Amino acid sequence: MSRTPVVQVSGLTRDFVVRPRGHRLRGRRVRAVHDLSFTVRPGEAVGYIGANGAGKSTTIKMLAGILVPTAGEVRTCGLRPVQDRRALARRIGVVFGQRSQLWWDLPVAESFRILAAIHHLDAAGERARTGELVDRLEMGAYLDTPVRQLSLGQRMRAEVAAALLHSPRLVILDEPTIGLDVLSKQRLREFLIEERREHGTSLMLTTHDMGDVERLCPRVLVIDDGTLAYDGTLSGLSRTVGARRVLVVDLERPTEPLTGIPSTEHLSTQAQGLQQRLAFDPERTTAAAVLAAVSQRSEVRDLAIEEPDIEDVVRRIYAARR
Amino acid sequence: MAEAGTLRGDLTAYRAVLSSRVRAQRAYAASFRLDLVGAALITVVEFAEVWVLFGQVDAIGGLTLASVMLVFGLAEMTFSTADLLVGHCDRMPTYVRAGTLDVFYLRPQPVLAQLMTSDIDLRRVARVAGGMVILVVGLVVSGVRWTPEKVALLAVTIPAAVAIYAGLFIAAAGVQFFLINGAETTNAFVYGGRYAASQPASVWPRSLVLVFGLIFPVAFTGYLPALALLDLPVPFGLPGWTAWLTPVAAVWSWLVALGCWRLGTRHYQGAGG
Repeated sequence: MSRTPVVQVSGLTRDFVVRPRGHRLRGRRVRAVHDLSFTVRPGEAVGYIGANGAGKSTTIKMLAGILVPTAGEVRTCGLRPVQDRRALARRIGVVFGQRSQLWWDLPVAESFRILAAIHHLDAAGERARTGELVDRLEMGAYLDTPVRQLSLGQRMRAEVAAALLHSPRLVILDEPTIGLDVLSKQRLREFLIEERREHGTSLMLTTHDMGDVERLCPRVLVIDDGTLAYDGTLSGLSRTVGARRVLVVDLERPTEPLTGIPSTEHLSTQAQGLQQRLAFDPERTTAAAVLAAVSQRSEVRDLAIEEPDIEDVVRRIYAARR
Repeated sequence: MAEAGTLRGDLTAYRAVLSSRVRAQRAYAASFRLDLVGAALITVVEFAEVWVLFGQVDAIGGLTLASVMLVFGLAEMTFSTADLLVGHCDRMPTYVRAGTLDVFYLRPQPVLAQLMTSDIDLRRVARVAGGMVILVVGLVVSGVRWTPEKVALLAVTIPAAVAIYAGLFIAAAGVQFFLINGAETTNAFVYGGRYAASQPASVWPRSLVLVFGLIFPVAFTGYLPALALLDLPVPFGLPGWTAWLTPVAAVWSWLVALGCWRLGTRHYQGAGG
């Protein structure tokens, strides 16, 4: 496989001019992306996270050749996205969670046939790849159903298959699991892991779901107000911002608030002390140690651990930068 | 060789999209038949308007009812054909809002070619047929004295006129990138142009002659060829062979169209987004 980076971005900047209604000339310049630089190597999987309006979609549109950068350099699969858009379209696959690649009034299978023609797949290649995707994404049961009759989970799997039909080297997914139920999310993640293992596909993913990043992306980029706020591993990110985990315990009998446990903060008490929430820092203590300390004061019936929320992690990064 | 292969592949892609659109529209047979009737009614009503005028006068702009049928039939048939093929292009704001345009950018064909072949509105077949009927009746009752030149003129005019209207639709699509709610503005030119073209241009006010004779040359789609077919003199001090310039007008229309489209997409990728 070529060692050319699949994404190479340096000093990337994009302004928008926002004009108040009815004023063609008076415009305010808004910087959506500012001096962004990063590289994605072949085979990498990167989570691209940030608040709404932080510049995620603008970046993706520049990577795909839909938007022209105001300043800076972009290379996607070694190509200039705007000038070489048509060649690039054969090498990347993009799923925008909110916009559909499929023909809403056609059966799924027919949408795939048209896309295969659009990407000039030969008959044998088309059969093999469609078969592989239908199998792995378990779409066999609804291949002949018109797209508009699909559930969200079914449609999303079909969208992903549509974007991957031409075996792109880089797959960009914008909020692929938004609105999906737990099972659909799980199935989609497993598929993406397999696809990467089998074909060495590079992956770039924007999401609000921590589970997506944890399962799929060893590396995380955080974008804040158009600039890169963090580039590194997910565990490093949690460490940097001190993301805490929350232990929820259901107790046998009403208990006084569980304060004073080392490296742990008591968050709240429900049902007269029958359920309590404790936050702890995984760098300084473990769930087992906290649990042991709780057990000394009361008998534990049930427990749950809440993972750090991606929004919370991003908020903390933002707060630390200001 | 690689180029030829790409072109053939692209043609297969366009055919696959278009044939799927045709199948989708025919899937609901009853609704499709109603659509056809509705579209045909539009042609009937618009022609009735002309007919009513001739109830009051014998000639408009020097043309009798039979001659005006020729103008109307040519304009209606060629406009409806362009509308059938690329009429969906002027619904650009819908494509932008639905994200369809972004999806076009993600595919390895030219965006304009994808837009043009993304849909086809089959019910407009009824209007094409209606226009054709009026044209044929006009040709018969107006007593055209046929010569080989006139047959050639008609054969050249029809595809060139379709191209003129298609260019108008594409120019409208390009302009709609700039104008918020621009469809209202562009419709004034697209549908206003079609309406003007179905009337004798000799009754147009001077401003319309400038706009629809030169800038958006719809006068070449009906009025000028009809004059040549009827051996009538061309007004505005123009020579008799002006009608033969329809292909030139078509080329001009496409230059305007591609220019507008290019400006529009530049704006979309550059300033707007």
